[in-house]
Amino acid sequence: MRIIDKQLQMVDDDWEIADEDADLSAHADVIVSAAHWQKERDALSTRAGRLGLKIGGDTPLEGIAPDLDRFALVALEFSKFSDGRCFSQARLLREKYGYGGELRAVGDVVRDTIDFMRRCGIDSFALRPDKDAEDALRAFKELSVRYQTAVDGAVPVYRQRR
Amino acid sequence: MYRYDHFDQIIVNERVQQFRDQTRRFLAGELTDDEFRPLRLRNGLYIQRYAPMLRVAVPYGLLRSDQMRMLAYIARRYDRNYGHFSTRQNIQYNWPRLEDVPDILAHLASVQMHSIQTSGNCVRNITADHLAGVATDEIEDPRPYCEIMRQWSTFHPEFNWLPRKFKIGVSGALADRAAVQWHDIGLYLVRNDQGEVGFKVLVGGGMGRMPMVAVVIREFLEKKYLFSYLEAILRIYNLEGRRDNIHRARIKVLVKSLGAEKFREKVEAEWLRTRDRLILDEKEVERVKAFFTPPAYDRSAVDDKTLERHIAADPAFATWVKRNTRAHRVSGYRVAFVSLKPPGVAPGDITSEQLDAVADMADRYSFGQVRSTHDQNLLFADVHQAHLYALWNDLKRHNLATPNIGTLTDMICCPGLDFCSLANASSISIAKQINDRFTDLDYLYDLGEIQLKMSGCMNACGHHHAGHIGILGVDKDGVEFYQIQLGGSPGNDAAEGERIGPSLGKGEVATAIARILDVFVEQRDGDELFVDCVRRIGIEPFKARVYAGVESKKVRAYAHN
Repeated sequence: MRIIDKQLQMVDDDWEIADEDADLSAHADVIVSAAHWQKERDALSTRAGRLGLKIGGDTPLEGIAPDLDRFALVALEFSKFSDGRCFSQARLLREKYGYGGELRAVGDVVRDTIDFMRRCGIDSFALRPDKDAEDALRAFKELSVRYQTAVDGAVPVYRQRR
Repeated sequence: MYRYDHFDQIIVNERVQQFRDQTRRFLAGELTDDEFRPLRLRNGLYIQRYAPMLRVAVPYGLLRSDQMRMLAYIARRYDRNYGHFSTRQNIQYNWPRLEDVPDILAHLASVQMHSIQTSGNCVRNITADHLAGVATDEIEDPRPYCEIMRQWSTFHPEFNWLPRKFKIGVSGALADRAAVQWHDIGLYLVRNDQGEVGFKVLVGGGMGRMPMVAVVIREFLEKKYLFSYLEAILRIYNLEGRRDNIHRARIKVLVKSLGAEKFREKVEAEWLRTRDRLILDEKEVERVKAFFTPPAYDRSAVDDKTLERHIAADPAFATWVKRNTRAHRVSGYRVAFVSLKPPGVAPGDITSEQLDAVADMADRYSFGQVRSTHDQNLLFADVHQAHLYALWNDLKRHNLATPNIGTLTDMICCPGLDFCSLANASSISIAKQINDRFTDLDYLYDLGEIQLKMSGCMNACGHHHAGHIGILGVDKDGVEFYQIQLGGSPGNDAAEGERIGPSLGKGEVATAIARILDVFVEQRDGDELFVDCVRRIGIEPFKARVYAGVESKKVRAYAHN
């Protein structure tokens, strides 16, 4: 998968989003759906390679919270770029459930939303394939001052004023 | 009032650059219509019936004279010499060119203004009591909290893509002049039994297809928890609000479907988890409060004898003082309204010449400041009583002294079909019809306070649900009809008006209003207010009069509308 990584570099990595009926032995690092995980957790737990979990804005986090440490990555799927639920999902995963693995934005991921995603704790971005990555990287340079803090630990303006 | 520091200025400047680039990408075909729309909306830019419409933020209704002059300049250079004040205390331009908008935003930024989040599914401009800081019934000035909330909500990374628009209204006074209970979140500054001031928090108010008055979800919130509580509400809404149907996406629908108690439980649980991590910064509160200290009032203003003399000598002036000024907490000062509702003018419209003139008057008579009200007027908050006569003369010269504040013709009216691409019916022409019909000011004064509010469609930008008399324009097979409702209120007694019956044809609205007022005059108990009378006697007598003589067949035909 080609992504923007934590260091804001364009890289190819080994993660693949796997369909439920895909042959997982062919892949090293796979991202499975919550339903897939529930159904085949034993088989998925014993396979070699890293495991990722894909959730959407409507996935109840309480249900997956006990298993979070099994996943090296959680992919948050933005069904539409205007669907803002995963911004809250990301914050909850980081701040309520203490998830320390990689949070990746997948789906309708575009330049004009990724800066705020990053602020909410998402640290890699699988851009929509038709979008230009070099262009998207500019998003992180557009706003240099923050009024509020979030998962990014930004020092909000009110603390810089002292 | 608040002044930007270095950081605030960086933020608006960077926003201009960001939007300039977004516009360039759109014009270059790198962004589709669907992709650009929510981006431009977050800068208040709509594509309307004839042209783009740009909505500029006036945070909680405060403006400096240099900002007014910039608004005038923009109207002259980029628009058709006028602007329109909205019910969110903002100003809208109806005719800018898309290509010019980045430049307009740069001009605005140069006077510490912007159009950030004046539209889109995010936290909108926060509105407040237009008498904040000068009201005689105030518990605490809400403006510092409004400014702090403005900053907190600006580019909030988590809540920029909510299910739907989100409006916050604040009042710090006993009398609610800010329609607080009609907001997604309403905040009243209140004093508890221990004498501490905090927030009473209401949630789920809103107009439109499913009008709802907000419900109280916390009687008293310590100020330090303001943001943790707001964020808890917004987080629950962001995750659970409906996104499948735009007409069911406001927080009011979530509150209603869960039930207020269940919603409250969810919010409180989330808040208990987060409240100690996001404490309102006391130093920041003190810093912002320092911008809202009282101006240098003349303590001898009350000794002035000229006001009395002018009132005695000039009945027209006396009328204006009585109708268009209000008490100030400092003796010898008055609050003076600038009526944007003269006959023949679309309510809320103001020309560039008038904007400049108001700026000059602000400098001359009111410490260089002016305010916009949610009912589409302006006001000078701090006028020395000895200056009222000169102010009145200046206002008169610019057609801004119509003595109709609080009367029937001081109506709220959305732009309607004349400009808005959502509208089903014209509202400005109905305003004109009502103005043409009710020209006798003495009659209007006798009627007392009546809030008439009119919308050209169900989206209710003209607050018709909250009108003592509400008028809603509807479309039936390309023909405009108007529904009338009575008994609504924006204030402490907030309520939705009750529809009196089938919708009326375009030519019949003013006649119907006249009949309603006849019933009021006949049934009125002493000095009773119109809305109180409606609530006492119910809508039946009004209904009977309005539809008297209308054949039953016709009523049935209307009924399908």
